[in-house]
Amino acid sequence: MVPQDLRYTKEHEWVRLEGEIATIGITDYAAEQLGDIVFVELPDIGRAVSKLAAIGVIESVKAVSDLFAPVGGEVVESNAELAGAPELLNSDPFGKGWMLRIKVADAGQLDGLLDAAAYEALTAEA
Amino acid sequence: MTPSESPARDRLGPTLFERSRPGRGGGKVPHPPKDALSRIPADLLRAEGPHLPEVSEPELTRHYVNLSKLNYSVDSGFYPLGSCTMKYNPKIDEWAARLAGFSELHPFAPDDLAQGTLQLLWELETALAEIGGMKAVTLQPAAGAQGELTGILMVRAYHRGRGDMVRSEVLVPDSAHGTNPATASMAGFRTISIPSAPDGGVDVEAFRSALGPRTAAVMITNPSTLGLFESRLCELLDAIHEAGALAYMDGANLNAIMGRFKPGDAGFDVMHFNTHKTFSTPHGGGGPGAGPVGVGEKLLPFLPTPRVLREPDGRFRLEAVGERSTSIGRVRAFTGNTGILVRAYAYIRAHGDSGLREVSDDAVLAANYLKSRLAGVVDVPFSRPCMHEFVASSVSLKAETGIRTLDVAKRLIDYGFHPPTIYFPLTVEEALLIEPTETESLETLDAFVEAMARIVEEAHSSPDLLHSAPHYSPVRRLDETTAARQPNLRWRAMTGSQTPCPE
Amino acid sequence: MAYGPHTNEDRARMLAAIGVESVDDLFADIPPSLRASKLELASPESEAELTVRLRGLASRNRVDLASFLGAGAYRHFTPAVVDQLLLRGEFYTAYTPYQPEISQGTLQTIYEYQSLMAELTGLDVVSASHYDGAAATAEAALMSCRATRRERVLVDRGVHPHYRETLCTYFGGASLVAEEIPLVAEGPAAGTTDLAVLERMLADADRPVAGVVVANPSFLGLLEPMAEVGRLAHAAGALFVAVVEPVSLAVLATPGDYGADIASGEGQSLGLPLSYGGPYLGILACREALVRGIPGRLVGMTTDVDGRRAFVMTLRAREQDIRRDKASSNICTNQALCALAAAMYLAALGPHGLRDVAALGAARAGELESALAAVGAPRLHPGPYLNEFAVRVPAAPAVHARLIERGILAGLPLARVLPDEPSLADALLVCATEVTTPDEIAAFAAALGDELAGAAGRGAAGREAAGREAAR
Repeated sequence: MVPQDLRYTKEHEWVRLEGEIATIGITDYAAEQLGDIVFVELPDIGRAVSKLAAIGVIESVKAVSDLFAPVGGEVVESNAELAGAPELLNSDPFGKGWMLRIKVADAGQLDGLLDAAAYEALTAEA
Repeated sequence: MTPSESPARDRLGPTLFERSRPGRGGGKVPHPPKDALSRIPADLLRAEGPHLPEVSEPELTRHYVNLSKLNYSVDSGFYPLGSCTMKYNPKIDEWAARLAGFSELHPFAPDDLAQGTLQLLWELETALAEIGGMKAVTLQPAAGAQGELTGILMVRAYHRGRGDMVRSEVLVPDSAHGTNPATASMAGFRTISIPSAPDGGVDVEAFRSALGPRTAAVMITNPSTLGLFESRLCELLDAIHEAGALAYMDGANLNAIMGRFKPGDAGFDVMHFNTHKTFSTPHGGGGPGAGPVGVGEKLLPFLPTPRVLREPDGRFRLEAVGERSTSIGRVRAFTGNTGILVRAYAYIRAHGDSGLREVSDDAVLAANYLKSRLAGVVDVPFSRPCMHEFVASSVSLKAETGIRTLDVAKRLIDYGFHPPTIYFPLTVEEALLIEPTETESLETLDAFVEAMARIVEEAHSSPDLLHSAPHYSPVRRLDETTAARQPNLRWRAMTGSQTPCPE
Repeated sequence: MAYGPHTNEDRARMLAAIGVESVDDLFADIPPSLRASKLELASPESEAELTVRLRGLASRNRVDLASFLGAGAYRHFTPAVVDQLLLRGEFYTAYTPYQPEISQGTLQTIYEYQSLMAELTGLDVVSASHYDGAAATAEAALMSCRATRRERVLVDRGVHPHYRETLCTYFGGASLVAEEIPLVAEGPAAGTTDLAVLERMLADADRPVAGVVVANPSFLGLLEPMAEVGRLAHAAGALFVAVVEPVSLAVLATPGDYGADIASGEGQSLGLPLSYGGPYLGILACREALVRGIPGRLVGMTTDVDGRRAFVMTLRAREQDIRRDKASSNICTNQALCALAAAMYLAALGPHGLRDVAALGAARAGELESALAAVGAPRLHPGPYLNEFAVRVPAAPAVHARLIERGILAGLPLARVLPDEPSLADALLVCATEVTTPDEIAAFAAALGDELAGAAGRGAAGREAAGREAAR
């Protein structure tokens, strides 16, 4: 069961919108597919990103995955803890493993995202 | 057959740094005069000498001899590694490379002093051109990947030379080896990956849709990385040329087709060879190899410089600096991995025309034999005759027992075999790519089949044994996660090591 | 067949198991229009015949001359133990250590190589090898572009011409810009990097520099002001790439000492035979902060499931098989066995032995300089050098050819590799190492002295003859 109060993307990312700020991370499903995460590359603060742009990289021992922006806007914060503890993405992907925060330009872009039930249906099929 | 226990002494020993004691070793070179460095300003000198280990020759010898025993090698056993062609490395090739006339020749020696090596290189180029059906060959690249880069840079020069600046894409099948897209990127191209057809071959229609005025080249491995000959090759090559693009053949799988198929004659414009695969130059634990590149007419002007030329009077010489302005330039210093090329030359001369064809025939025969015997043991997705290698899969095994390809591979180690190539190509789930080569006896092939059958039995009866394999190797499954999260890439004397010294 | 074990019986058994009549049936997928008929190659040779052929070819090379040739590949003494150990089949016939449990021999020895080179260069991260010094330097330059996200690299003209050409070839594909830093023309710093021009090149705010590449010693053998180059590069936000020679690092200041971010170079001096240019050893090292951008394999230390020390290839996600079109480099096969040879060489010599090799070379080079100057061939440049330098010799290419007839390989006529440098047209690049003997130096100097005196004589006779012509 994934957190019910979040929205999800087909690329296995989650989004929490609070006011203008969207917090973004990857789901437990994504973390499991990747295996033990060893390194995370996050975008610089202040960078303008557009929806679906590749903005970061998540590296496991044997695989690499791009991180895509689920919404457009400006990067305002990234999780500094991940530099020393990338394993947080495996142990607590929805909590301490949050990755970055974006100041959303157009909240309407979130309408297309999946709700918890739809995301669970997606991962059940896989 | 039972898995064998490796003796206790075959374990990791200390590093050179841990063996070091001040005052050990020495006696290899005379002492210099005390004022040897006095004419060099002190601020340009190192404050203190490097902290290299001090070990005596006997310790050095034992250190390396004992470490060598921890290695699997072709000299000790079977490597059914698909796409690697781990055939036997002839000892005469080692002898040849060590002849003083070859090994002591300086790369800047004037051509008159280098006639033996220049002749060898010229003859090797000619032989490879014949094998590949190409017009000319460069021996400069140091590896297959460097050969790919050389080939694709020549493609780039070709298009630009004709004023065509819009060709920015390289097409590859999704089964391609990772070096192909990486090469395209290095050469400034975008890679478009084309999904394969259900029968494992290239999807010619999908390629046709993607081909266009932006296509610079299509890179194809043939036989494919699934070990299958591309039967629709003519259509594909026609489509590529109609679009104004060039056809590159990754020659990694050449061992299957020598004497039966010549890429250049078939229509490929450029290809690379891997001497450390087809021509048995030794793998050396990861290298060195060599990646000669063959070209047809279109790319001839762009070959790296210097070429080896033969004068009318029979003398050989290197092209002079600036002699051919259309060349893409150099991809390395000097002429090439010459010592490796000497080995490849000896290999080709030993086999000759009939011998090389026999190599391919036996390689293909052995692969089909293994495939037919393993068909009842593991999934074999493609039933039609394979070339020199074939893909098997653990998909059914995983569904029935939870045992994956990784576990099968690790348990093969306990049975005394190096695992096949695993999880490649990416287009087959739980892939095992198996290539026996032509130098393995029937006894070895049969023993491998038996081991695989036992492992499948064990998967059903005692899966935990496989999940935790290997049990009988010098070290067991490694913590690769910590190795990547907290990389320890060099010995540090003062802070000591993360792990205790084994002795 | 040469090495295969299969008899016709074996083949028949295999065909029967497969269920086909002949091996030709297995090639049915090859379209008839594409089938080849035969290979136009010579017929097979027995091992005995092959040895005659190979000996014949080898003997057509002349390796008996007294050689003063360096220029990026050096004659050194290699202790016998190195090749004896390198011939162990467990090392040279082993595959890449992708299955670490059965590759600890390769893995530990490469970790040790990385550690030894880290000590020599003063930089903590060393790749498991690159192709050669030229390719390593090209990749170092590419690294600097990726790390700074800039597109312009400055390469000193004192860097080996083959390395500069290789860098340009690699840059062509990447659409990056490489510009050359000129050398000082006159004065005490003649032949070394022109720092004033470098500073101006770095100052162009519209075209920021990613990396500055300088060799020490330079191709001309000169010692460069590396610390100053580093300061200038860093002040402009560029990375500093030092091209180095590993034996010299036993005595010279290291890339770590003078603040280089990346070091590249050629490891052939560390126990590898000259072998007409390869296989050699590309050295590539960097500061820890750049580790994720370094191409090539890396071996790390870790533990196994029983807590035992073990070694494994790590940070694999950088490599082409995982990163594919996003990989920083396409390198796969490297020069692993050459790295192993270098590690064995360094272990066999030890720190004092390596210093002795460097110092002996310097001592012999000093003697060579004096001997050649005494016969009329002075150094071209005044600055300090370690064991290689350029001397002024009128009609150098012709003199070089005549000295070969006298059994002397008098270095490299610089006109041959730097035809665009008129100041080097009458110059020979010569070097001495620990294997150069005083007798060889004396023979070289005597022969050169003869040639120069003879030329002077011919010059005088020629002027006389021309004068008689004119008088007619």
